[in-house]
Amino acid sequence: MTAPAEDRPRRPSLFLERRTYRRRRLMDAARLLPLLGLLLWCIPLLWPSGPEGVTSSGALTYIFCVWLGLILVAFGLALRLRSEDVDKLPEARK
Amino acid sequence: MTTLNTLVAVCLGYVLFLFVVAFMAERSALRGNGRWLRSPVVYTLSLSIYCTAWTFYGAVGSAARTGFEYLTIYLGPSLVMIGWWWVLRKLVRIGRSQRITSVADLISSRYGKSNLLAIGVTILAVVGTTPYIALQLQSVTLSFQVFGTPAPAADALHDYTALWVAVGLAVFTVIFGTRNLDANERHHGVVMAIAVEAVVKLTALLAVGVFVVWGLSGGVTQTLARIDASPLGHWQMEGGRWAGITLLSAAAFLCLPRMFQVLVVESDDETHLRTASWAFPLYLMLMSLFVVPIAVVGLDLMPAGSNPDLFVLTVPLSQGQEGLALLSFLGGFSSATSMVIVAAIALSTMVSNHIVMPIWLRFTGGGASVSGDVRHVVLVSRRLSIAGVVGLGYVYYAVSGGGTALATIGLVSFAGLAQVLPAMLGGIFWRGATRVGAFAGLTAGFGIWLYTLFLPSFGSGMILPDALMQNGLFGLGWLRPYALFGIEGMDPVLHTLFWSMAFNLGAFFLASLVSFPSPLERLQGAQFVNIFQHSGAASSWSGGVVQSEDLMIMAQRILGAREAQALFAREAERQGHPGALPETSPDFLEALERELAGSVGAATAHAMVGQIVGGMSVSVEDLMAVADETAQMMEYSSRLEAQSAELSRTARQLREANAKLTRLSVQKDAFLSQISHELRTPMTSIRAFSEILRDGTALGPEDQAKYATIIQDEAIRLTRLLDDLLDLSVLENGQVSLNLRQGLLCDVLDRAEAAALAYTDGPRLQINRDRKAETLVLNTDLDRLSQVFINLISNADKYCDAAQPELDIRVVQTAESLVIDFIDNGSGVSVEARDVIFEKFARVSDGQAGGAGLGLAISRQIVTRLGGAITYLTGQKGAAFRVIVPQGMALAAQ
Repeated sequence: MTAPAEDRPRRPSLFLERRTYRRRRLMDAARLLPLLGLLLWCIPLLWPSGPEGVTSSGALTYIFCVWLGLILVAFGLALRLRSEDVDKLPEARK
Repeated sequence: MTTLNTLVAVCLGYVLFLFVVAFMAERSALRGNGRWLRSPVVYTLSLSIYCTAWTFYGAVGSAARTGFEYLTIYLGPSLVMIGWWWVLRKLVRIGRSQRITSVADLISSRYGKSNLLAIGVTILAVVGTTPYIALQLQSVTLSFQVFGTPAPAADALHDYTALWVAVGLAVFTVIFGTRNLDANERHHGVVMAIAVEAVVKLTALLAVGVFVVWGLSGGVTQTLARIDASPLGHWQMEGGRWAGITLLSAAAFLCLPRMFQVLVVESDDETHLRTASWAFPLYLMLMSLFVVPIAVVGLDLMPAGSNPDLFVLTVPLSQGQEGLALLSFLGGFSSATSMVIVAAIALSTMVSNHIVMPIWLRFTGGGASVSGDVRHVVLVSRRLSIAGVVGLGYVYYAVSGGGTALATIGLVSFAGLAQVLPAMLGGIFWRGATRVGAFAGLTAGFGIWLYTLFLPSFGSGMILPDALMQNGLFGLGWLRPYALFGIEGMDPVLHTLFWSMAFNLGAFFLASLVSFPSPLERLQGAQFVNIFQHSGAASSWSGGVVQSEDLMIMAQRILGAREAQALFAREAERQGHPGALPETSPDFLEALERELAGSVGAATAHAMVGQIVGGMSVSVEDLMAVADETAQMMEYSSRLEAQSAELSRTARQLREANAKLTRLSVQKDAFLSQISHELRTPMTSIRAFSEILRDGTALGPEDQAKYATIIQDEAIRLTRLLDDLLDLSVLENGQVSLNLRQGLLCDVLDRAEAAALAYTDGPRLQINRDRKAETLVLNTDLDRLSQVFINLISNADKYCDAAQPELDIRVVQTAESLVIDFIDNGSGVSVEARDVIFEKFARVSDGQAGGAGLGLAISRQIVTRLGGAITYLTGQKGAAFRVIVPQGMALAAQ
């Protein structure tokens, strides 16, 4: 609606502009991030249990570091996605 | 020691403070300057109702009992928030464009607005949430007891605290949760109060954590060492529970009615989700950061057997930090109250919309057509529902006695509500999901959850008898609640999660595959799954000017540039800023919509304005109304077309009639002058010669005879003319009597030929006849018929302009009639004259003084009397007349 190109229908081009391409890859990253988080948080399943296993402090440090990392990456992505003004473009052409 | 009275006073003060916050927020939202109310931070903080008293107190308890399992409750939601691009973004968009009011509404709306599904989900939500509310009441009561005096007074206090807390929460929720009946179901006051409470509980937990780490343990390193040295020193985790509960909490985060309320329903702006995607995991991380240190220190300091669920309170208390303990108490209080308030609002919306209102409408019949009436009823039913939901929680608490460990009830509730997940995700990602499938999945999952987890959670022998728990339903071992299909030794929650989800998903997919959705269902399915193609971009909500411009462009297209500009200028002036584009206020939109409706119909206008303003997708009703209007317009236009065709036909006929009348009028005038001339000429000569005879004494007899002959001839001419007129008049009035006789056609023609050509000088006209064909016996008025023939032959004699005039008389006998054609070789009658030659006084040419133009008129009258017809034949070389005599009057000669 706000994009003037919407007024006339036209065939979607095969390749996207560089900016649009970058934006799409950012969205892919946003989609993949939770899967990465799930993977990293499943690693404790591989740790051996019991007294000879990983210490609690180590486990806590690992889990919270992953957490913090995910938050930082999500923050970065949110910032980039905001500045790219994703929602100004209709989804169909993304 | 903090006395109970102080505690009560602090609580009341805190609640009063929340009242003020909620009230102020409502006020500024009403006045329209509540922009800060809709900031992403407030949205993120409002999500914190996920952290209830269960997580506030119970996380530490869980950590003290089972180590790191408490983390899973936070990891699941963190993943969901970080993965907002997958599900939450879509849910929020759907929620806004479809005006979803609750999780039951979402499911019902997706599956063809099925009320049955809505009721099912509502019941599931009420059953699943009631223990959770009881849990909050229990935690508040427990925390009171920590401060309260021990032993004797405790029991009475125990009951009363829970009751008063329940009543207070119900009142607060009723006041701010049902203050206004917004179409969007947004409650600014409540959201603001929750945001404040979120800050309080985070501060409280962080404060206790900081106190424990730096105050009691002496720093991070020492704390870590202390953790390693404690009973929780090493990583101990059952893999299944770690993964299972992470997934369960992720599912519950999406499906819990209260989470859906703050995530989707109260969401003002999709972009807030972007901030919350990292800010809420951060909040959760901070909430869980100090849980293990507090648990470890609690286990260290507190006497054996003390309740680890209350370490957050008891650890500071044992160290004499009453202020800190009070803050921590307020944190727990906040967690409990915010959860109960939002859960009550969410559940009451569901109960009132999907259960109370349908029943009320059914019982009152059509009486609900007045809108104000319904609003009032909705409000009352909401309020009653809130009271009912909180009351149910209290009853559950009072009945169950609140003995179970906090965390267990929480997981039971999670597992129940997670049953909605397949229908929800299937609904927004898979167009093939059907109502039958959703219903089958929900029923299967809910049933298994009830049987294997919820009912047993009351304790063996409470609801399900011991024998059933031991031996299974009907004594079938494979139906034991904790060991379905004979698989023993699983953790009950995981056991339920596995089997209920397996059957839920299986039933959902299978039933969806074999059933066929209704049209509305398919439409809704397409709208939900392809929500981003159907709705406008979210940013168009905030940018008022952009909308105004878009509206302007659209309005210009429909109303015309000048009218649209005038309308916009008028509206801008009314809003108080002339010269600019008007704000897209509801008033303005309504006015615009009305204007547009005048041009394109109400439904279309609504859809057009809606698409530009809200990114609201067009509802089925809108589409149907558009279709109706279009159909009506098409029908109307086709009716108009038919009418206009008929009108043009009539107009053509009228034009022809008018032209004919005009010609007739001209002819009548001509005839009048002709007839007066015709009458006057003989009269003049009669008068002149009679005067000569009277006065002329010197006239010889020869002259006298000559003049008398002239007078007589003229008199005969006059008589003939008058005879003709009289004849016509008689024929026209139907007073003629026919003299039927039998005779041969050739004789009639012979007589007519002789008579017609008698007065001419020699047979100038040559007549071609076929005497053989003419040998037919007629039974008719032969004199009249011969009069017609005489007229036709003498006409040909008079008017045929060929050098060698000829007249063909052709006789054809058909099955029904006898056809006699008279065709000469002249130039014929002109096209425009053909219409009128049979009219009275019609004379084709003025040049030749013949009859008075009565011959053909008389002929037509005669033939009509005889039952036949006389027409002018087109397509012949010269003038051609066809006389048709009915066959009954013509007999072949024997």
